[in-house]
Amino acid sequence: MPRYHGFYVFFWAVFPALICLLIFLAIESHIQNALITNYLPKSVILMGQDEIIYSIRELGNNLGNLKSIISLGILTSNEAESLYSDYLIFRYSCLAFICILSLGLAINFGNRLSLRFDARRSVEKILRFIFFTFSTVAVLTTFGIILSLIFETVRFFSHVSFFEFLFGTHWSPQTAIREDQIGSSGSFGAVPVFTGTLLITFIAMIIAAPLGLFSAIYLSQYAKPGVRNYFKPILEILAGIPTVVYGFFAALSVGPLIRSIGQSVGLTVSTESALAAGLIMGIMIIPYVSSLSDDVMSAVPENLRDASLALGATKSETIRRVIFPAALPGIVGALLLAISRAIGETMIVVMAAGLAANLTVNPFSAVTTVTVQIVTLLVGDQEFDSPKTLAAFALGLVLFFITLILNIISMVTVRKYRDRYE
Amino acid sequence: MNSRQKKLTLKRRFAEKRFRYYGLVSLFLATSMLFIIIFSMMYRAVPAFTNYGMNLEINLPISESEISDPQDLNYRRIINKSILSLAPDCIDRSCKRELARLFSSGASYDLREYIEKNSSYTNKTFSFFILFSDDADLFYKFGIDKNLEEEERRLDDREVRWLQQFQKTGKVENRISKNMFLNGDSREPEIAGVLGAVVGSLYTILITLLISFPIGVSTAIYLENFAVKNRITDFIEVNINNLAAVPSIIFGLLGLALFINFFGMPRSAPLVGGCVLSLMTLPTIIITTRASLQAVPPSIREAALAMGASEMQVVFHHLLPASLPGIFTGTIIGLSRAFGESAPLLLIGMVAFVVDIPGSITDPATALPVQIYIWADSPERAFVAKTSAATLVLILLLVLINLAAVIMRKRYELKW
Repeated sequence: MPRYHGFYVFFWAVFPALICLLIFLAIESHIQNALITNYLPKSVILMGQDEIIYSIRELGNNLGNLKSIISLGILTSNEAESLYSDYLIFRYSCLAFICILSLGLAINFGNRLSLRFDARRSVEKILRFIFFTFSTVAVLTTFGIILSLIFETVRFFSHVSFFEFLFGTHWSPQTAIREDQIGSSGSFGAVPVFTGTLLITFIAMIIAAPLGLFSAIYLSQYAKPGVRNYFKPILEILAGIPTVVYGFFAALSVGPLIRSIGQSVGLTVSTESALAAGLIMGIMIIPYVSSLSDDVMSAVPENLRDASLALGATKSETIRRVIFPAALPGIVGALLLAISRAIGETMIVVMAAGLAANLTVNPFSAVTTVTVQIVTLLVGDQEFDSPKTLAAFALGLVLFFITLILNIISMVTVRKYRDRYE
Repeated sequence: MNSRQKKLTLKRRFAEKRFRYYGLVSLFLATSMLFIIIFSMMYRAVPAFTNYGMNLEINLPISESEISDPQDLNYRRIINKSILSLAPDCIDRSCKRELARLFSSGASYDLREYIEKNSSYTNKTFSFFILFSDDADLFYKFGIDKNLEEEERRLDDREVRWLQQFQKTGKVENRISKNMFLNGDSREPEIAGVLGAVVGSLYTILITLLISFPIGVSTAIYLENFAVKNRITDFIEVNINNLAAVPSIIFGLLGLALFINFFGMPRSAPLVGGCVLSLMTLPTIIITTRASLQAVPPSIREAALAMGASEMQVVFHHLLPASLPGIFTGTIIGLSRAFGESAPLLLIGMVAFVVDIPGSITDPATALPVQIYIWADSPERAFVAKTSAATLVLILLLVLINLAAVIMRKRYELKW
């Protein structure tokens, strides 16, 4: 079949060139940096002015920026011109290389074509290879996450000691911009952040666990199929609403409501309270609890249920004494997954829980969480190497590992449970 | 049956009923929360869709021949002159400033656009619909808060008197706010709109689709049809399942460290946002694609193989076409989740204040959920309604996307 011959040449002409192009795009900024540092006076490099390098880097796309660099007085116009021409030479030689590569491969593999050549098999081999390469993206993503988090975290621990981070009880990462300012070091004891996360997760689970479980019990054991078909999707919509909507609702309606209720009973409640965020987060994760536990309870074999009912137990006794214990591993898995969601949830807490790192278990006060801190540390203008920025990655690493462990335990328990009954 | 047994039976029956009601009540609570949230958003959003304005007499001071280039006109001064004619007793500067403050600061741009479209208005007095600023707009919508002292209010007594005067002239009107749907972000609530954010979101989702769909589908095909069961494929599988449960903000950290700091991609761009979100959506697409590939009965595959088709031909001629509806549904669900996601986008700088509507995937942009976050943080009271309205727009778009998925599934799903 002739089209396979066409595909064959096409693949060889396009894909290696495409890969080279991607590599070129990936390293382009690094080459630019190297070129620029080559031209910059030594004094500027020693000062480590990342921002100058960053702004000069833009010149790759825009000749106009050269003028501003010249006006800064860092480069003379001659130097700037030759820097730019060096860059153009690099850029065009790369592009030329890619074109030649593509053309060369096309000619080379085009010459192999003949009537006897089994192009289909070769094309299928290539396709298979491409499929395999794509399937490694998921793995590479995980590695990318772990490597980038660990890399930045190690840099963070060169500024701040490991034990201070894990066991310190004072969190105020705002480092001063000038070196000589008082309190310029900031303090990075993450215990208040962790307790805040746990407090909110705890409140969320107090809401979500009973509501989710009882909904699941009702849907899987009591409800008629018609009711079930309507209410299951409605519950799942709760998980589909963007979390920023929940966050807005919590900050706008629930926070002030709790505050006014608290004030009428004589409690001091801040508008941004752990309770408001936890309540709404609990609502959000109800479907994570209910969906999965509904599934596992429906998967409990009928004969267990029938046996219990035949012995005279009522339906609720059967559920409590037979179905629930039988489904317990699956339910635990569901709860763990929900906890992992709650810990990693960002927008609700960013908008409703506040920023103050209070070391407290009082649900009426403002607390902060790991995710909130990551967002506040990284949003807006940031210095490149300050412990403040790097602290976010350390928190991210902690978050990643905690959720990873919860997910794995949850996955293993659910899978074991499935294996037992299926 | 003695009385003790009777009592016990009654107790058990009661326990049974109680247990059932627990379930019913929690189901009711959970679903009612959904409706409470949506209805409270709707209720709060209503004021954002309209804006009070006023028909103002505008007099263009020059003849047609003079405005060869309409851009040269000082529209602000023209408008200010008309505004001041409304309250002739206003002489000193602070009074004038207060009066001008009642009207939208974007009015001069509106007027320019209007005149550029209708150049015949030169040297005539014509009526032009000018928007009120957010404070005046809120006054017409809700009145003033009587409990507050004059100093604490946004409008003082004099301004309130003016506004009441305007209303008596009958020229004040409440019109549908075009700005809400056609503008980008702005610091002024009456000018700010969601279009910029929606376009940014669409660009981001487009990139997400372009990256995650081919990679996700081919990963699923590979794992389902070609991979030999061994440690490497097991590892890939565990990885994918775990990746589906990694908190979204971690992907933001990855994007920041990898795409922006290492690869030097531009900050705040939909390109980077799309890359990050596609890594996040990938597991969903892979898992659903595998499920729909598995749903194709093995007999089809075996029949094709028996007719001499190669493995690859089986995939492309039979398995993929048969499972395409399922794959599309899964992709749409994954994309709709990415569409509502904001946490990773905050970290890669898509939280910027962007006035212009982004024109390409490397322009600074923001996404609709992030726009909600930005507006929710804004102190002006009028932004509460704006935020609720943006929320409604977001929910509406998500409903449309999901509806498309449901229809597609209903229509094209093959039953074996």
